[in-house]
Amino acid sequence: MGKITIVQAINMALSEEMQRDTNVVIIGEDVGKDGGVFRVTEGLQEKFGPERVVDTPLSELGIIGSAIGMAAYGIKPVVEIQFMGFIYAGLEQIFSHASRLRSRSRGRFSAPIVVRTPYGIGIKPPELHSESAEALFCHMPGVKVVVPSTPYNAKGLLKSAIRDSDPVIFLEPSRLYRSIKAEVPEDDYTVPLGKAEVYQEGKEITVVAWGTMLHRAAEAAEGFDCEIIDLMTLKPLDEEAILKSVRKTGRLVVVHEASKSGGLGAEISALVAEEAVEYLKAPILRVAGPEAVIPMARLEDYYMPGKERIRKAYEKVMLY
Amino acid sequence: MRKELLKYGMQTLTKNILDRMYASMLRIRMFEEKIVELYPEQEMKCPVHLCIGQEAIAAGVCLNLKKDDYVFSNHRGHGHCLAKGSPMRPLFAEFYGKATGCSKGKGGSMHLVDAERGILGTSAIVGGGIPMGVGASLASMLKNEERVTAIFFGDGAYDEGAFYESFNFASLKKLPVVFVCENNFYATNSHQSARQPGCRISDTAAAFDAHGVCVDGNDVIAVYKAARDSVSRAARGGGPSLIEAKTYRWKGHVGPEADFDKGSRPKEELDYWVERCPVKAFRAFLLEKNVTTPKEMDEVASAIKAEIDDAVSFARASPYPEAKELLEDLYI
Repeated sequence: MGKITIVQAINMALSEEMQRDTNVVIIGEDVGKDGGVFRVTEGLQEKFGPERVVDTPLSELGIIGSAIGMAAYGIKPVVEIQFMGFIYAGLEQIFSHASRLRSRSRGRFSAPIVVRTPYGIGIKPPELHSESAEALFCHMPGVKVVVPSTPYNAKGLLKSAIRDSDPVIFLEPSRLYRSIKAEVPEDDYTVPLGKAEVYQEGKEITVVAWGTMLHRAAEAAEGFDCEIIDLMTLKPLDEEAILKSVRKTGRLVVVHEASKSGGLGAEISALVAEEAVEYLKAPILRVAGPEAVIPMARLEDYYMPGKERIRKAYEKVMLY
Repeated sequence: MRKELLKYGMQTLTKNILDRMYASMLRIRMFEEKIVELYPEQEMKCPVHLCIGQEAIAAGVCLNLKKDDYVFSNHRGHGHCLAKGSPMRPLFAEFYGKATGCSKGKGGSMHLVDAERGILGTSAIVGGGIPMGVGASLASMLKNEERVTAIFFGDGAYDEGAFYESFNFASLKKLPVVFVCENNFYATNSHQSARQPGCRISDTAAAFDAHGVCVDGNDVIAVYKAARDSVSRAARGGGPSLIEAKTYRWKGHVGPEADFDKGSRPKEELDYWVERCPVKAFRAFLLEKNVTTPKEMDEVASAIKAEIDDAVSFARASPYPEAKELLEDLYI
């Protein structure tokens, strides 16, 4: 098989999981006949029928809530929300119910739903179509948060997410959907949740990133000896992977496109400050988006951490 | 002419109003068609949701509103702004992502705002404007100001919980608000019948003890009359109304293209609705009834064309926002 995009890799994962387990069901707006806004679920309704690829009314709260009920019953729903900004209408069901059903039922029920949504800046629509609100979900106990960065890990992570027994928010970087292609095995493989990966080995700076920013951080690394960690699962954090690398390099730069304040970079920085401060040779730096509503078109380029801003952070930590 | 109009039960519809209906619809149509023409140049930096085919609703409703009445719109909002009187320059500039746009080039077609004309800012969240519209009408009631709020939304927003919560509250408080559901039968590519079992949106009003009416959304006079009743009911403390206006969008959900080749909708359906073009039908009506002469209509079209040409030149010539604009107009 030739090289495929993340869209195709996700489609492949969905198809394989639906084949493997008849309890896996897709539910969302225009996911069936239409194949979804980004055509991620294309062809699946034809293959598995309208009972397993369910088109819904426009009702994010209703969709996510229904998925929770289905999951408690034993179905494995994979929800698609058209854009991350549209998930806010359904937050109540994720935060108040999905995240705590196991606790609330004292272990009798759980809500192993997967909520997939395109995420982040990158295709130049305005706000609500470009959100990166991963930290919201990371903050809520009981929810796992996953962000793939390549076609290979997109397929493997989604399979793990579907097989997981907890609610998983699966954030698909829209900028990467079709911009990178890679060989993806047609076999059944998984990439484990909760494990980060060393994307590029290095000795002097630990760079932690995920999704679109992983690639930006790597592009900016030319001329620096960076060890780049692809977090992939943002919650639960692979603390050991981060700490191990920082203990080696003594420097940490976290790159994310979400705004800095209360962002996941703060959590990672605090972890390193708590557990590995004695290894640090330089202040921890975060390269993040500004405290602003994501603007349209060319202002988007000012919003998104670019190569130059990232390089400046690398330069700065290397001054120490 | 007077006699003819009486026959149609339109004794209060003067030539002036009828001409304004036509001009308003034509202005929206020509505006949207200009976008269709220019969009392939790829200079407009935003997704556009066009309302070609749906012009009669915005025109018929907004002619009943005063300048300071509020309008809450949605992602398909060009027509609402134009019908409320928004000038074209800040709209085109916004589509081009320019600093002179109504949203300073930061929001694009889905985020239109015209504070002077009571348009408080639209968004892409389907149904998102409905509760805010109710809040604005509650505020106008609390402040004892004679303002009516019109909320435009589609049959897709009727699926959302926000609609029911808002309509219930509005009716409970007898708020001066008119809910206008532009039922074009599609939410993106899902037909109403695939999303709603009953497909009787206006009937919902009865359950909330409010006024509901279903009209032909391609008949500008029918819309105008329904809106006139609803606006005056709202203004005199009679509470909210739900106007369901059935119509059809000629283009795809987003962008300037038709979507029939993608199999989203049957071509026959479009043909049926194009036959029932609201602008063409009303033009024929005005000519047949000798309300307006072809010459007068040509003059209207020329004036609109001039306005469009001016607005497009203005938009093209305007500067892009500077980087610092990113951090303007924020809460913190």
